[in-house]
Amino acid sequence: MESILQEWQERIRQGKPLRIRGGGSKDFYGQALAGDVLETLPYRGIVTYEPTELVIAARCGTPLTEVEAVLAARGQMLAFEPPHFGAATIGGCVAAALSGPRRASAGAVRDFVLGVKLMDGAGRILNFGGQVMKNVAGYDVSRLLAGSLGTLGILLEVSLKVLPRPAAEATLALPAAQDAALALMNRWAGQPLPISATCWHDERLTVRLSGARAAVTSALAKLGGEVVDAGGKFWAELREQRQPFFAGETPLWRLSVPSTTSVVSLGAEPLIEWGGAQRWFRGALDAEVVRDVATRVGGHATLFRGGDKSVGVFQPQSPGLLALHQRLQRGFDPNGIFGRGRLLSAATTTSAADNGRSDHA
Amino acid sequence: MQRQHSHQQDQDFSDVDGSGLIAALSALLPAEALLTAVEDLKAYECDGLSAYRALPLAVALPENEAQVIGVLRTCYQRGVPVVARGAGTGLSGGALPHRHGVVLSLAKMKRILSLDPAARLAVVQPGVRNLAITEAAAPHGLYYAPDPSSQIACSIGGNIAENSGGVHCLKYGLTVHNVVRIRLVTIDGEVLEIGNHGLDAPGYDVLALLIGSEGLLGVVTEATVKLTPKPELAQVVMASFDDIEKAGDAVAAIIAAGIIPAGLEMMDKAATAAVEPFVKAGYDLNADAILLCESDGTPEEVAEEVAAMRAVLQQSGATEIRVSRDEAERVRFWAGRKAAFPAVGRISPDYYCMDGTIPRKRIAEMLKAIAAMEKKYGLRCANVFHAGDGNLHPLIMYDANIPGELERTEAFGAEILELSVKLGGTITGEHGVGFEKINAMCVQFASEELAAFHRIKSAFDAKGLLNPDKAVPTLHRCAEFGRMHVHAGQLSHPELPRF
Repeated sequence: MESILQEWQERIRQGKPLRIRGGGSKDFYGQALAGDVLETLPYRGIVTYEPTELVIAARCGTPLTEVEAVLAARGQMLAFEPPHFGAATIGGCVAAALSGPRRASAGAVRDFVLGVKLMDGAGRILNFGGQVMKNVAGYDVSRLLAGSLGTLGILLEVSLKVLPRPAAEATLALPAAQDAALALMNRWAGQPLPISATCWHDERLTVRLSGARAAVTSALAKLGGEVVDAGGKFWAELREQRQPFFAGETPLWRLSVPSTTSVVSLGAEPLIEWGGAQRWFRGALDAEVVRDVATRVGGHATLFRGGDKSVGVFQPQSPGLLALHQRLQRGFDPNGIFGRGRLLSAATTTSAADNGRSDHA
Repeated sequence: MQRQHSHQQDQDFSDVDGSGLIAALSALLPAEALLTAVEDLKAYECDGLSAYRALPLAVALPENEAQVIGVLRTCYQRGVPVVARGAGTGLSGGALPHRHGVVLSLAKMKRILSLDPAARLAVVQPGVRNLAITEAAAPHGLYYAPDPSSQIACSIGGNIAENSGGVHCLKYGLTVHNVVRIRLVTIDGEVLEIGNHGLDAPGYDVLALLIGSEGLLGVVTEATVKLTPKPELAQVVMASFDDIEKAGDAVAAIIAAGIIPAGLEMMDKAATAAVEPFVKAGYDLNADAILLCESDGTPEEVAEEVAAMRAVLQQSGATEIRVSRDEAERVRFWAGRKAAFPAVGRISPDYYCMDGTIPRKRIAEMLKAIAAMEKKYGLRCANVFHAGDGNLHPLIMYDANIPGELERTEAFGAEILELSVKLGGTITGEHGVGFEKINAMCVQFASEELAAFHRIKSAFDAKGLLNPDKAVPTLHRCAEFGRMHVHAGQLSHPELPRF
């Protein structure tokens, strides 16, 4: 394992741009790819797993399925329910920070990151955070690295908080128009109910309940609807975007908005998750229009999959925040070795809220 | 007890022009928002850690964001240190003034700007008290989850600076899990909106970086916090143990059984003995340790979970188990735990609270080591723990009027912190590094990590004006301190990952 790190340090020393890649399952995500591939797959293995500490630490190249299997054997799980989209690794999971159906109730990837061992753009190996739940010594760099898309360095090892799998789970479905479903999801989220996932599409609201057996049973009785999806297939397919809504090559847009945002109209009907906070749209939509709509409701839009990336995959940052991002990036990667522009590259169009922005990362 | 803050400072600000500064600040603040007289400054000379004191040049009490910007710009142009301050309840000297600097108190910005029960969000100014948010949310069946013991007084701005926890954070998270957006004013007076009212934001997670940054990166002028539905019912199980090790193992056994308690606290005999005469919580004074284990949720859920907790505690060798019969009794069981600090303050002239966090399975080991240190330093120590997340609050009792006791206490505390790091933990779980633990940072972090922290700092505050000499030590300081990072090979537990 040590020799892999030395080899990576040598490649960093050569100074050519590198693209960090685990299983390649999220190559589709982010701005255009650039640089020679640096494969993390050989650097793999679970470093520690302590069920009673609720912590697992693994090297970046460890397959996500391996981590999940080890946890499942002890009745535990990654509560943020990350998608795999193929042969995902735990390093890529944290670097992309994509969370699944349980996100609104359990939290996001970053909420469960406890520690990271990083190789930065100067080849330095740095340790941040650790294996304990509470740790306020120094800046919380571990969480900063979640979602950094390989632009700050190689996440050599990550340690994550894990949770027990719920004792019981059940899914119910009921017919609902979009506005009614949004109102229901928000109302229920304000009550002490064991809701662990929601999805609205095609005039139908599907809700998953997770928790103590008694809690799930009483919530089922309270919420009504029809009990469906005994095997959990619906949620597994949603998590992996294998439902018919996600099929085909049409561009997929993701809007992240306040959950109480009323119906957003962008042509086709959306698929809504996370209690209203995550809304998926399909179609060759005008990026400027999408961004504008997202900005007006206080959210942001991502060209998640497909389409023309030249319009900018991510919502542009305000000039001040963009400059801060660039300074932070230079601190970790002074020579710009890693993932040039995958996260920060400027868009060719700017939204109404961000006119005048022209820098390129 | 007290000690004038005369420690070596990392950056030299002795050329600050005090009278010029005060004239400039007077021009932009109303008279009542600027304090410069020594008798007024006295009230700000320390925070909750009164062992360290210093008088600032001035205290600014802005009433709005524009005034905050004005103060910061003025200090930026003049190269003056700025120490932001909330309610001053912090326990690590994070708000200790700089003698050549300004204290920027956010106490006057204490309005709840909006509360949206449907979205479960509240927009608040930084000086709003933690408990005030919960009180405002209560009519909607909601509350703000992080509940540090000082929640009656501490402010949300201070909570953000420290990433405060509380007794319920194992299940409900820390401040970082419950704040979704902040408005930040940078040292040069720029306003940045970080985060939003959705569940994520584009770019780096700057919000996570800022929470817990101890006033070194910017000043918060507004925050949006998440509100959580109040559980229908909460019940607490109180278990006695005749052996502290068994109590420590019971903590791990509860987690291993797949239970995430709403709160899981431990007190040793010294702590219960201090508390009981004061609070009359009904603690078992014969027990070597007691555990308080809370379940919350629907009545059905609580019944199921309490039964499971009971079974695990019994198997772990509890000598007595009581379950709160009603809300009054539940509150009484907790009252003792929440009053532990003042109770110890009653039986000892002074006490020093530590804040290390260790892996849960090492709790018993740590307690034994602390017992040995009590003998070594000739000082008593009462232990209260957030056992569920391994966060320890040993309270070292001493008398500052006895020559040498403070020094022995500091050495005792430093040894606990070093052991916390060796056991795979951290020197601070929720109180922050502040001024107090700046040297202990040299034990936890190698120079490479410290240098990375300094690069982050300079991305926000290249001149190093925000809260100097706090939270992140210079490499020079660590070299002088002489106890650099314990390298992996020399650790007593080399098998532990050391992130």
